[in-house]
Amino acid sequence: MTFKIPHHDINLEPFMSRPPDFNQKYERIQTERSFKSQIVAAIPLTEQEKLFHIRICDRAERENFSFLPGQFVMLEVPGCGEVAISISSSSSNQEFLELCIREVGRVTGMLHRLQEGAFVGIRGPFGTHFPMQEMVGANVLLIAGGLGIVPLRSPIFWVNEHRREYEDVTILYGTRDPSQILFDYQTDEWRRIYDLQMYTIVEHPDEQWNGPVGMITDLFAEVPIDPQNTFAVVCGPPVMFKFVCGHLSDLGLPRQRMFVSLERRMHCGMGKCCRCNVGSTFTCLDGPVFDYWTVMNLKEAI
Amino acid sequence: MLYKTISKDNFRKMIEGLMENNEVMGPKWRDRDKNGNKIYRFLKLNHVDELQMDYTRSYASPKNFFLPFREELATYDLDGTNWEQEIEYTVHPRVIVGMRACDINALRKLDEVMLKSVYPNPYYAARRRNTVIIGLDHEPLDDCFCHSMNADVALSGFDLFLTDIGDQYFVAINSDTGYMMVGQYGGEEVTEEDQTAYKRVKQEIESKFKTQVDVTIVPELMDLEFESEVWQKWGDKCLSCGSCAMVCPTCYCYGVTEDVDMSFSQATKCRQLYSCNLLDFAAVAGDHNFRPEPHIRLKYRYYHQFRGFVEAFNQSLCVGCNRCGVACPAGIHPKAVIEDLIRTEAR
Repeated sequence: MTFKIPHHDINLEPFMSRPPDFNQKYERIQTERSFKSQIVAAIPLTEQEKLFHIRICDRAERENFSFLPGQFVMLEVPGCGEVAISISSSSSNQEFLELCIREVGRVTGMLHRLQEGAFVGIRGPFGTHFPMQEMVGANVLLIAGGLGIVPLRSPIFWVNEHRREYEDVTILYGTRDPSQILFDYQTDEWRRIYDLQMYTIVEHPDEQWNGPVGMITDLFAEVPIDPQNTFAVVCGPPVMFKFVCGHLSDLGLPRQRMFVSLERRMHCGMGKCCRCNVGSTFTCLDGPVFDYWTVMNLKEAI
Repeated sequence: MLYKTISKDNFRKMIEGLMENNEVMGPKWRDRDKNGNKIYRFLKLNHVDELQMDYTRSYASPKNFFLPFREELATYDLDGTNWEQEIEYTVHPRVIVGMRACDINALRKLDEVMLKSVYPNPYYAARRRNTVIIGLDHEPLDDCFCHSMNADVALSGFDLFLTDIGDQYFVAINSDTGYMMVGQYGGEEVTEEDQTAYKRVKQEIESKFKTQVDVTIVPELMDLEFESEVWQKWGDKCLSCGSCAMVCPTCYCYGVTEDVDMSFSQATKCRQLYSCNLLDFAAVAGDHNFRPEPHIRLKYRYYHQFRGFVEAFNQSLCVGCNRCGVACPAGIHPKAVIEDLIRTEAR
């Protein structure tokens, strides 16, 4: 007398034939399905960083892909690995994603060797975003240190595209030396067309540099900040958060109107691998964009 | 919940019947430890006599039938710079016999993360959906503290749950598959005597817990005592080997690696269970490690189990099986660590 237990083949379920929509977080999707994408341009920006234009190949997948400023994708080189990269392009660009990537590890090293035309994989978007809607009607202060300008480029695009909805928009940008400045070709456009106040400061000037010299906090002397009506977005190395956010707190800016973007190791982007654990939560789920009050309550977040 | 009884003879016939058409896993005796105690492991049964219904505790937890140590997430056909990704979920009908209440409760905690939370995991779902679980009560071992962790009674997450009441098992039935199985193999209606015997056995089990840990204030302590020297003390012992996570019934963290085969025509994306105690757990490219020291990594293991998971799911991740305490080569016991933390606070 035998008994055969009933089985259910989820490979036959409808979700298998649909492209995953990573914005539908509670739906059953193929969580590891990468959108095949092509590198349509690989533009060297500095000695270490390249800007990649990456276009999702399939039309339906491309049109279905939507993100908000501050979110990230998992970028995959099949056979090599997968890395979390924040999106640097405008959320209104439906044609391709712009990802600015420093050559620093195994996967990013491989990416830098790939030629235009090569195929990579994209999963996402993942994570939280900057609350651009909440900031409407207020001044926006964007503060970037080093590579921190990369995740801020998407909210900058957003502000430009919705410029009349925001009051004064100021960008403070600090790098180690002038050779590391990213997106310098765009700053004139930001200033002259979109009326953004932009201040760039370097720690170690070269002979051509005629701008301010020092740490990013030195720029605060130049910028009047109205704590009653300002949102701040801060991104940079961990040490920068304490100084910058500390200063803004001292000025009276509420911690819930300061937003930071954190970086951690990630292997899934979906709150499963636990690698990006910070305090009691995960950077990929409740971050990478956190308000500063939350960050203060997460152990060793910064 | 429906209840029936089944005689031990009929239960044996049920297992034999299940083995004919399905893979049946159960606790098997594999070895002895240095003190001469038997070491058990959940393995495929080839004969019903291999099933050790009086086993104490399996060295590793049966979670790996749902979260394998290593699992292929995707494969790729490579063709020059082009590739195609293939994804297939493993559907492998299987029966697990003899799972303890703590291990079933561990699975329910994993269900919270893998099925009921954001981005439900289809790999886990495929395995969970196609596995029949037959649970089994036991008298607590000296170091079991599942009672303190509220994990000593399984109320769901299984198909059948057995309690030994002499010549027969008292069976809690929690699925239609389980109901059909019991029906086919001579399950009987519960009599008043059966019910009295069942309650007596349950009370006996509950009265025999020797190890208690008061975890009421632990989530708060994790924050208050974050800088406590307790972490340094236990962390200094930690060898960062990850054994605790390997035997834990609820640890689920992992790493992903991708490899290309020798012919450069195939690639695989694999998931491998990891441990937050391993050195490079939080290391990022560019030579920065967010958790460079053993005591910080050990602290975060406890922080996730007793604080982070509580915040996310209103329950701690630990079920109190003490497998990590048994497996740890450095003698780090969760009960001792937690009690140390509580003592520090009381001082």
